[in-house]
Amino acid sequence: MASNGVNGVHYEDDEDIDYTDIESKYKVKYEEGFDNILVVDGVPIIDQSKRGKLLEKIAKEFARKGAPIKPADVSVPWNDSTGKSKGFIFVECKTANDAAFALNAMDGHPFDLKHTFRVNRFTDIERYANIDETYVEPEPEEYKPKEHLRSWLGDAQGRDQYATYQGDEVEIHWHGKPSQCEIAFSRPNWTDLYTSWSPLGTFMATLHRQGVQLWGGASWGKQQRFAHPMVKLVDFSPGENFVVTWSNDPIVVPEGAQQGPQFFSPEDEGHNVAVWDIKTGNLLRTFPTTYPEGEDVKKQLQWPALKWSPDDKFVGRVTPGQQISVYELPSMGLQGKKSIKIEGVVDFEWCPHSDKDREEAEAEANGKSTKKPRENMLAYWTPEVANQPARVTLINFPSRAILRQKNLFNVTECKLHWQNQGDFLCVKVDRHTKTKKSIFCNLEIFRVREKDFPVEVVELKDAVTDFSWEPRGEKFALISSNDPNLANPAPGITIKTDVSFYQLVRGKGDFKLLRTLPTRTSNTVRWSPRGRHVVLATIGSSSKSELEFWDLDFNADDTGRREGPSKEEWGSGIQHLGTADHYGVTDVEWDPSGRYLATSASAWRHTLENGYAIWDFRGQELEKHILDRFKQFLWRPRPRTLLTKEQQRQIRRNLKEYSRQFDEEDAAEESNISAELIAHRKRLVDEWNAWRKRVKAEVAEERKLLGEKVEPEAEKEAEEKEEIELWVDEVIEQIEEEVVE
Amino acid sequence: MRPILLQGHERSLTQIKFNKEGDLLFSCSKDHVINVWFAHNGERLGTYEGHNGAVWTVDIDSQSRFMVTGSADNTLRLWSVQTGKCLYWWEFPTAVKRVAWSEDDQQVVCITEQRMGHSSAVRIFNIDREGDGTNQSKEPGSMFNPIGSKATLCSFAHVPNLILMGHESGKVALFDAKTGDEVLNNERAHMDVVTDLQLSPDRSYFITSSKDKTARLHETKTLTVLKTYTTETPLNSAAIAPGKPYVLLGGGQDAMSVTTTSARQGKFETRFWHKVFEEEVGRVKGHFGPVNTWILTAVFNSIAISPKGDSYASGGEDGFVRVHHFDESYFRAKPYGDLEIEE
Repeated sequence: MASNGVNGVHYEDDEDIDYTDIESKYKVKYEEGFDNILVVDGVPIIDQSKRGKLLEKIAKEFARKGAPIKPADVSVPWNDSTGKSKGFIFVECKTANDAAFALNAMDGHPFDLKHTFRVNRFTDIERYANIDETYVEPEPEEYKPKEHLRSWLGDAQGRDQYATYQGDEVEIHWHGKPSQCEIAFSRPNWTDLYTSWSPLGTFMATLHRQGVQLWGGASWGKQQRFAHPMVKLVDFSPGENFVVTWSNDPIVVPEGAQQGPQFFSPEDEGHNVAVWDIKTGNLLRTFPTTYPEGEDVKKQLQWPALKWSPDDKFVGRVTPGQQISVYELPSMGLQGKKSIKIEGVVDFEWCPHSDKDREEAEAEANGKSTKKPRENMLAYWTPEVANQPARVTLINFPSRAILRQKNLFNVTECKLHWQNQGDFLCVKVDRHTKTKKSIFCNLEIFRVREKDFPVEVVELKDAVTDFSWEPRGEKFALISSNDPNLANPAPGITIKTDVSFYQLVRGKGDFKLLRTLPTRTSNTVRWSPRGRHVVLATIGSSSKSELEFWDLDFNADDTGRREGPSKEEWGSGIQHLGTADHYGVTDVEWDPSGRYLATSASAWRHTLENGYAIWDFRGQELEKHILDRFKQFLWRPRPRTLLTKEQQRQIRRNLKEYSRQFDEEDAAEESNISAELIAHRKRLVDEWNAWRKRVKAEVAEERKLLGEKVEPEAEKEAEEKEEIELWVDEVIEQIEEEVVE
Repeated sequence: MRPILLQGHERSLTQIKFNKEGDLLFSCSKDHVINVWFAHNGERLGTYEGHNGAVWTVDIDSQSRFMVTGSADNTLRLWSVQTGKCLYWWEFPTAVKRVAWSEDDQQVVCITEQRMGHSSAVRIFNIDREGDGTNQSKEPGSMFNPIGSKATLCSFAHVPNLILMGHESGKVALFDAKTGDEVLNNERAHMDVVTDLQLSPDRSYFITSSKDKTARLHETKTLTVLKTYTTETPLNSAAIAPGKPYVLLGGGQDAMSVTTTSARQGKFETRFWHKVFEEEVGRVKGHFGPVNTWILTAVFNSIAISPKGDSYASGGEDGFVRVHHFDESYFRAKPYGDLEIEE
């Protein structure tokens, strides 16, 4: 037997090895063979003599339409009994593609007056011939009631929810009074990267290698998914209708990828940003990432890459230095078929809608109102180019009418801050002196609701590191610093800052300083979402981690009616409520009701004392959890209230009545708990005492067996008892008298 | 409750102990010496010099006559507490990690480190208390090599023929003093290194602390875990408070991992936990650097007036010992109401 192995290794029998997998992989595919065959109907019936002539004529007709065939490729079926052709022919094209082309070209072709070609694929005829003709009624799909996506709002105790991400586990918690806090849901390995709530709290998004998954409902079922491989960032439109995803890896559509409206197609290759419809899950459009121009500018991604108008009607995208492109939804077509060309444009922001704007828009949509609602508005800025000054512009959209323009000089950088009701726009302008050595700051405040958009300038001497408007209010807070270390931050250096509050003077219409808190270390301002309360925090520092709780409207009464500040001394309403400390805090977030504040130390930033704490608005710690590998804390946002203005007023008026009810509930519960706790402790003590009694007896027994004295200490103690008398001399007063003789 | 700071060591503390009456405090450190202090005012009474390596462990007999110490210079030494003289020493192949007197002061148990091919060994010496104490027998009364994971802690159990051991794997075990057989063990007492082991006054239960961030209370006879105290920091030491239903826990991150980034003291606090309810009662801010070892005492003098009461001391990585005298309020406070709890 010949050796068939290598280097003398002898393989007994090749036949035993199972090669089917390899064979199937490398199997030569035979042409199916029939895809390139067409059946042409409506050919004149001829006898044998005319066959050659007919075929030539047909071939010519085909060639004329750009689908050349040879007469040899045509076969004519013959009816032998009559000696005539059957009136149809088979045409064999070179490939299936050619056949498809010929089919389109020749179907319905008038051959002569009486004959018109009907062309079909050979395979189709076979298929259609075999179709079952009887009508079968389709099985009606069983109706599955969907869970209410906002069921959490129906909680009887009116609790809020928050999500935590620790280790591999994502948990949804209820947060209310201490006794009502519990875990609502948890799932290990729920997400690969992080989680995110949609802006109204309806969905929770988790990020995976394959894409984004949305979850919702009481049992946290899958709601929608968006297949964007290696997705890193996700952003929702304000109305939760659309979602934007981004991945660092350009989109690649591999061979054999799934196709359909929910998947990428070859046109999307190379892009990074994708826009999706949440309801259908369809992909709407993709974009490449645009980076700011300039060589020395660090390639930093702007996120969100797409900015949504507050009503979800438009989405804008800036191409730095060139244009703002605004797309209409849901078609994602370029609005007006052209972008807004602005030379040098750096950034823009949409004007948010107030509750009133929203009501008007709804009324108009329902045809109830004839009043035209306010158009969308956006603000953008351009830096100094050549001889042109820097400029902030406010335009209407979609009319694109310029509403207001303001020229600015010596500008290093601008930031656009809209107040969340769209009443004010503050442009924080970082300006440099002529020598470009030092930076200072101007605030250009546009009063958007007033005629002609008056602009007021607040000039500051220092650099401003953080600015934020009071939600629904007329105040803002800013953090400024003249610390020399500001420009080159180093680890371990804490930058000294000043925190200032400003408020609009009613009637006069300009902003005036309320109060400055000097020499702080705070670098973050967090307003309560209901306004009034504000927290100043020092985050990301290794040595300081202070939280300061302030009330800026201390004199306001409970009913929410504000007494005009004119009556009192300016700035007297500012009250310091408390100071707290959360070591290593990295994130500070108010709950949607503005009653609680959550602070967390995330393992993404450092690994010291990770965990989270929840405080009330006065800075009293309610709970604190130190958890290894704690990563993320997110309050679940709430949608806008469904109550009308009148109903809200009613509730405010009856606040005393409500609070009495709640107090009663609290008291009842408290006595319940403490009774439980006392009983629990009593039980523990009883168990312990019983155990001690037993063990003491056992030990005594054992010692006796070993011939030792029982309780030697007790005896000794008695012997050693002795009494000591202690004399204490105390000098109460010493008077020195000098006797003068 | 301002602590008294005892500054007598140049390197980190390894173990501190009160004598039975609680008037003297003994501290040993990596700087080769043992100090003795007056507990009530922190005045140093004297220093015991002679070791040529870090002193890992110290124990005093109930009469405050003899002291034994174990050191990294591979010796176990017997000292006269009063004169400060080294009376006798035994030499071993490796360092002595833990020593303890038996309840009747007749025996000393010590454990040597597992290193350089030598397995760890437990030796029990019979101490000759007659005369000046210099006449000791060279050979141990009994000796054995504990099986299993590296053992680091040892003590006499509730009966003198049993030795209680703590292991690096987190195991707690009872060994027969004569034969060296493992009588009973609890492999899963802790999930990480057991760092301290202290017995209750009658030795019927004991507390262990561990790097796994928990301290546990065990019954000596059965080694069952009675209580668990879970904290958020690795623990180096734990003690049972006499007279009050508390346990004290101390610890902190390793000095290595603290160094530059965080100068936070929070981790180095002494935590008071309720012994029975497993709830944290309070904290005392402490050392810069982890608390390495500490112990608790109650002054059980039979003097009629006892204005001072209890105190506790802690020794830290920073080389300082802090003696804390409890306030009046510590004794009066009844945070859990009038529950009679057996000691």
